[in-house]
Amino acid sequence: MSPPELLERRSIISGIGQSDVGRRLGRGELDLTVDACLQAIADAGLTRDDIDGLATFPGAGIGTGGFAGPSTPEVQDALRLKLNWHDGGLEGPGQLRAVFAACLAVAAGLARHVLVYRTVTESSAQGEGGRQGIGAMGGGRGIPRFSGVMQWTLPYGAVSAANWLAMIAQRRMFEYGLTREQLAWIALNGRRNAARNPKAIYRDPMSLDDYLAARMISTPLCLYDCDAPCDGSTAVVVSHVDYALDTPNTACHVNAIGTALRGRPSWDQFDDMTTFSARDAAASMWARTELRPSDVDVAELYDGFSILTMVWLEELGLCAKGESGPFVDGGTRIALDGQIPLNTSGGQLSAGRLHGFGMLHEACVQLRGEGGERQVPVRPEVAAVAAGGGPIAGCMLLTRGLS
Amino acid sequence: MTPSGAARGPAVRVLPRLDDTNRFFWTSGEDGHLRFLRCTACRHYVHPPVPRCPYCLEGSLVPEPVSGTGVVHSFTVNHQQWIPGSDPYVIGLVTIAEQDDVRLTTNVVDCAPDDVHIGMAVDVTFEQAEDVWLPLFKPAPELRP
Repeated sequence: MSPPELLERRSIISGIGQSDVGRRLGRGELDLTVDACLQAIADAGLTRDDIDGLATFPGAGIGTGGFAGPSTPEVQDALRLKLNWHDGGLEGPGQLRAVFAACLAVAAGLARHVLVYRTVTESSAQGEGGRQGIGAMGGGRGIPRFSGVMQWTLPYGAVSAANWLAMIAQRRMFEYGLTREQLAWIALNGRRNAARNPKAIYRDPMSLDDYLAARMISTPLCLYDCDAPCDGSTAVVVSHVDYALDTPNTACHVNAIGTALRGRPSWDQFDDMTTFSARDAAASMWARTELRPSDVDVAELYDGFSILTMVWLEELGLCAKGESGPFVDGGTRIALDGQIPLNTSGGQLSAGRLHGFGMLHEACVQLRGEGGERQVPVRPEVAAVAAGGGPIAGCMLLTRGLS
Repeated sequence: MTPSGAARGPAVRVLPRLDDTNRFFWTSGEDGHLRFLRCTACRHYVHPPVPRCPYCLEGSLVPEPVSGTGVVHSFTVNHQQWIPGSDPYVIGLVTIAEQDDVRLTTNVVDCAPDDVHIGMAVDVTFEQAEDVWLPLFKPAPELRP
């Protein structure tokens, strides 16, 4: 029996787009989404009449305010798209699930050019009040109670991913001797790169002292370990690989996707708290490619919380197991001109919480050599993109040119 | 705030909605015992509750008391005011002594947050809220100051 064909390799990212990104932009989510989508379509050298597929994560009506973005029916109607394939949903290998689905739809011939978007207006939705926990205002007599998985955490005030991720960080400190001074470098590196990204939310320099003096959110995670809610929309066009030579910009080829979830799908029951399902997603991705971690030239690794980037660095094999602390310490290895340039746009910590799709967009920018002041000096050929954390994670390898 | 320097939990506790699958767990503390479903065939404890034993798929699952002792697998001290009016409180992840793949998210109480550490031995203690007995954990006797 011959090895299974890697169907994701029949897909490319032919175009990218991104709306304005900022704090409380005062624009509607559909407005931002249309901006990003039209940009991506034009960037791919297409018109809306060419778009025959549409996908998003997570789809409307999910999560706290400003989290979900518009539904695919809203976007389809706003752009009057005629679709052969469409998909939106929350469950799956993290935020990139919508991209993975698009790759497979293209490979299967269900669509030729799939528009995939992710929109957040969390900054506007939160107003001056700051980020909310899940169900944080519930409880007490006469107030609705919770069923399902949330019943196991909410009664204890474990109401935010910040709490759950803090316990990952604490466990990594225990097992691997991770320190706050090391963890800080995910935030400091992001801020350093954000200074070179005109669209980043926070661009002022940050020092280690600033980091250590920041208020604590949930020990050991401080304010600067948590990403910056923003308004913004990111879109990409996933096309069939036979369009690669026709797209006006460099095609970013999908080399492999990582989708596995082999531990228990739970924030408190997963077997290895130091890895969670990044372990499984990364392993499944490497099993689908002849590329090796040493081939990766740039890494855009989800930093919804700083600790997740550390987990991805290790699980993707970009540094040794348990060694992400010393690896990032000082920030040299992960700098733009370092061994593995990391979160080159500033990541979600400084450039804004575009929820995984900012990572994907930036990987394409770097592969295309369009990073401007933040372009990695030796134009990368292989980019690793990872999104999510805990029991929700997915990753992919993109290459410039066929690999 | 207690003399230990930390709250026992958030200022307002969101409570679980009781139903036929979870009632045994959330009311177990009424007689002072923590209970989990246990398989009559393979003797594994199972949590959260499911209809069939996920280990052997054969036996029936029956609530059984456990010792109530456990070990702190990880923890965090929450400072953020997700729930307004909350003093810092310790969220813990406790592995039960009987089986190392059964964990509870909980609050670690009756000790200073600085004294909580991974590997710490803890005992269950219950906090009643309406018709729910929330299992919390406190330092095991040999470690209590």
